[in-house]
Amino acid sequence: MENLGRILSEHPFLQGMTDSQLALLVGCASNVVFKPGEFIIREGQPADNFYFIRHGMVQIETHIPQKGPLVIRTRHEGEVLGWSWLVPPYRWHFDARAIEQTRAIAIDGKCLREKCETDHALGYEIMKRFSRIIAERLEATRLQLMDVYGDSSRY
Amino acid sequence: MATARGTKKAAAGRGSDAMLAQPFAIRRVKNETHDTFSCELEPTTPKREWPFAPGQFNMLYVFGVGEVPISISGDPTRPGTLIHTTREVGAVTRAMRALKVGQAIGVRGPYGRGWPVEEANGKDLVIITGGIGLAPLRPVIYHALAHREQYNKIVLLYGARTPEDILYERELEKWRSRFDLEIYLTVDRATGSWCGNVGVVTQLIHRSPFDHANCLAMVCGPEIMMRFTALELERRGVALDRIYVSMERNMKCGIGLCGHCQLGGSFVCKDGPVYRYDEVRAVIMEREV
Repeated sequence: MENLGRILSEHPFLQGMTDSQLALLVGCASNVVFKPGEFIIREGQPADNFYFIRHGMVQIETHIPQKGPLVIRTRHEGEVLGWSWLVPPYRWHFDARAIEQTRAIAIDGKCLREKCETDHALGYEIMKRFSRIIAERLEATRLQLMDVYGDSSRY
Repeated sequence: MATARGTKKAAAGRGSDAMLAQPFAIRRVKNETHDTFSCELEPTTPKREWPFAPGQFNMLYVFGVGEVPISISGDPTRPGTLIHTTREVGAVTRAMRALKVGQAIGVRGPYGRGWPVEEANGKDLVIITGGIGLAPLRPVIYHALAHREQYNKIVLLYGARTPEDILYERELEKWRSRFDLEIYLTVDRATGSWCGNVGVVTQLIHRSPFDHANCLAMVCGPEIMMRFTALELERRGVALDRIYVSMERNMKCGIGLCGHCQLGGSFVCKDGPVYRYDEVRAVIMEREV
């Protein structure tokens, strides 16, 4: 437990959280390892966990019928994988697959939601941090959709 | 707003008449991607050199077709050969791509203020580029590697549309094998067997290990990409006066006379194309400028 707490405290997403808040997170945390090619998340499945990536690389994908997987984004060391655990109906919207051996800390989403309901300070802290991530990803997605390097670009 | 960045070298290469193109010959036309190519030029006068500062551009004249401004993408430490990389987007660049070895092309320049390579001394040099924006920054990389001891970390963040659109692939591979240059590549859309980063270039910024408090960032790409990049750098604590961008406007004369490339109170061809971001932020946020 103490080890998990240290690992969590070093993750960029959790910088600045108090020891007591980290201890609450540790209660919902477990160490996980994924082999290259292994699916971490499957679209449509219950979003029970999210992950703090420690090492490795993960592809976010969606499956296009008769075409196969389309890679939308990659996630790396120091980043967070998954926020569907936070929003009803708590189901994944995309697949996520480890591209190389990936080590992560999995957080039980239901466990953390319950703790956030009873400890609003923790809940607000988690919401603030996830809001920032969601906003950054929305901004990046908009930029990606603009296709700025396309033929219409001045460059 | 203007400083002497690059202007001394520009004067050296310009000759007596700034509007008179000097004859060069095509040494090689190399296809970089399906729509982008590099033109290697050599002077028709033996031993003639064409010194330039990283970030400067030349006006290239395809005889009988027209003239276009194109950034110099070659090595400033080897001024005997001029290299320009451009995308085939119109009549002039289409004609340029069709030129054969030995055919003539006119060159005026070099023009404009280049990248502040001296100001980055003693700092982390962060080069952020998207699409063909890597071309005007390649001379900075050559310069920095030739003067490696002057910089702390050198970090290149490069975003392309797809893996097939990545410029200078072999050179990037070579640079990646160095221990004193960190390179992060990403593509907006993965295709084929690509197993690298996918996502926009701004998403690389928080992952790259440079000193946000002691760095100098040089950013080149589509204007919207540069705006988002500057926003992300600011979010990470990089001061706006440590961010430089390369602007593109409709440059015609190259020497600040015709006014086609006016940007606020400046002319991009003379006062730019490289600007400190805080000098131009307000202007580029204006919808009709």
